[in-house]
Amino acid sequence: MSIAVRRLLLAWIGLIALLALTVGLAFLPLGAAKPAAAYLIATAKAALVLWYFMELRREGGLPRLAAGAGFVWLSVLLVLTAADFLSRN
Amino acid sequence: MTRASNRPPVVPPEAALPSYLRAGYTLRSWLLTTDHKRIAILYLVSISFFFLIGAIAAALIRLELLTPAGDLLTNDGYNRAFSIHGIIMVWFFLIPSIPNTFGNFLIPLMIGARDLAFPRLNLLSWYIYVVAGLITLYVVLSGGVDTGWTFYTPLSSVYANGAVVAAILAVFISGFSSILTGLNFIVTVHKLRAPGMTWGRLPLFVWSHYATSIIFVLATPVLAITLLLVAAERLFGIGVFDPALGGDPLLFQHLFWFYSHPAVYIMILPALGVISELITSAAHKRIFGYWFVAYASIAIAVIGFFVWGHHMFVSGQSYYASAIFSFLSIAVAVPSAIKVYNWTATLYKGDIELNAPLLYAMGFIGLFVAGGLTGLMLAMLAIDVHVHDTYFVVAHFHYIMVGGTVTAFFGAMHYWWPKITGRLYPEAWARASALVILVGFNVTFFPLFLLGYEGMPRRYHVYPESFQVLQVISSCGALLLAAGYLLPVAYLGWSLFRGAKAPANPWGATGLEWTTSSPPPKHNFIEQPVVERGPYDYPISDPLSRSND
Repeated sequence: MSIAVRRLLLAWIGLIALLALTVGLAFLPLGAAKPAAAYLIATAKAALVLWYFMELRREGGLPRLAAGAGFVWLSVLLVLTAADFLSRN
Repeated sequence: MTRASNRPPVVPPEAALPSYLRAGYTLRSWLLTTDHKRIAILYLVSISFFFLIGAIAAALIRLELLTPAGDLLTNDGYNRAFSIHGIIMVWFFLIPSIPNTFGNFLIPLMIGARDLAFPRLNLLSWYIYVVAGLITLYVVLSGGVDTGWTFYTPLSSVYANGAVVAAILAVFISGFSSILTGLNFIVTVHKLRAPGMTWGRLPLFVWSHYATSIIFVLATPVLAITLLLVAAERLFGIGVFDPALGGDPLLFQHLFWFYSHPAVYIMILPALGVISELITSAAHKRIFGYWFVAYASIAIAVIGFFVWGHHMFVSGQSYYASAIFSFLSIAVAVPSAIKVYNWTATLYKGDIELNAPLLYAMGFIGLFVAGGLTGLMLAMLAIDVHVHDTYFVVAHFHYIMVGGTVTAFFGAMHYWWPKITGRLYPEAWARASALVILVGFNVTFFPLFLLGYEGMPRRYHVYPESFQVLQVISSCGALLLAAGYLLPVAYLGWSLFRGAKAPANPWGATGLEWTTSSPPPKHNFIEQPVVERGPYDYPISDPLSRSND
């Protein structure tokens, strides 16, 4: 097995492990910390995909900037929507 | 077009080659072309067709509103007329209008490239647009939809009759066309600029299309996912937006406007780029504050992503979120105002030639300012609560989208017509049409501000008699506006066959596109241009030179 395939396989195993962690946390009585933990795990998963599957670790500044922009834009959507949802009452 | 008469006719070497129009005469040569200029023409024909369909729907609306009673269309028929008008005009005319026609045609020429970075992807984007357009035609022929162009849930996902899923599918597919175009423009601007074409020498038209492309790529996927979720709820009962299924209807509005407000900037940013070119060429003067105008495009694209909640001030959104969105919406006016100030400062003490493109540009500035200032009013919470969902809003966005974008589209059509077709248009007719459009537009849409302020809600076709006078004035204005739009079709069509042959640079303008022949050959330039001067380095000693020694 080549190093590249082994690296992708490890990244995939990492994603599956994080998925298992998400499912496991859903059953724990964490209260308000539960969504925060879920978002943290989701961010770690996205980072794995960006770094290994999208090969950003081998790219220069411009592709990283472009991918980062997508990430920032998504966070704009989430944060401002949450600003409404969390303060609605 | 008097600049050309003051100069000796200079013939570029590209004139010896057959133009892109003569590169092939078969239908196949057009339908399988990868030439950015031919694809621009394909888009021009397609969007003109859809503009006609959208205009017919608008005519039905204006005819219905002549009387206070609902005597031409049924309630449902009226809902379907304004839905089709909105869907077609937004996604099948306004969004692709300037980027896919003039952007496609001009960006490679302006940066000194042979084509866009991905020519086959460019053709694919047109085919995707056509498929989406055919599905929309199916929607029209099968009776339409009554959701409005906004597809608000749970109306669209549960209660609405009609071909909602087909309409959603059409918009979903058309989004891919936008994404491919945006991607192509971004890569082209980064990778295919001619030697010497630094970022500081990019024409402002290219800057504004670059900013537009960022929105295309970042916002359109959100719309695609949102519409898929609506379809999933409608078809399979998966609860996302319907409160009865555990969903949140405001979530739809957040997702929809996260795309659709930046989409307003997709429509207007290319127009702002057009105006920068028209103003500098007509004034024969360097743009005032190049970097401010360039970065204002980027600022509009970025800040435009932070303002969507102003569409939801009365939808049940929290006061806290509304206050944030109100502030951010006011902030987006700053870069827009920078552009307007800089254009007027450019005209100041310019060597002005009052030609048709400048008339369109000045009309644009007036209408854009009126639309922008009323947008500021709508960004303020207290005023918005008073006029929300009234004709005031309808007037505001028509001043931006029609008064702004469509006026700039016509200005661009006149300015680059000699380059695109190789023919000159009749100047007197063109000036007359610019004035008719300006007057017709204002007679149509200004009364709507008054109607809205007095409380007439939008999307109603039965109304109190006290509103009739203003509605009749508006409908009469629409007739004048239609005449104004048809006039150029007539004289530009005439000029295609009878117009005088255009020289390479009839305006004595500085852009690289004016240094090649009119119309350009298939690959634009015989030799790779090397750029040695800024984009608006007036006055130029030799109109066909790329240096300014």
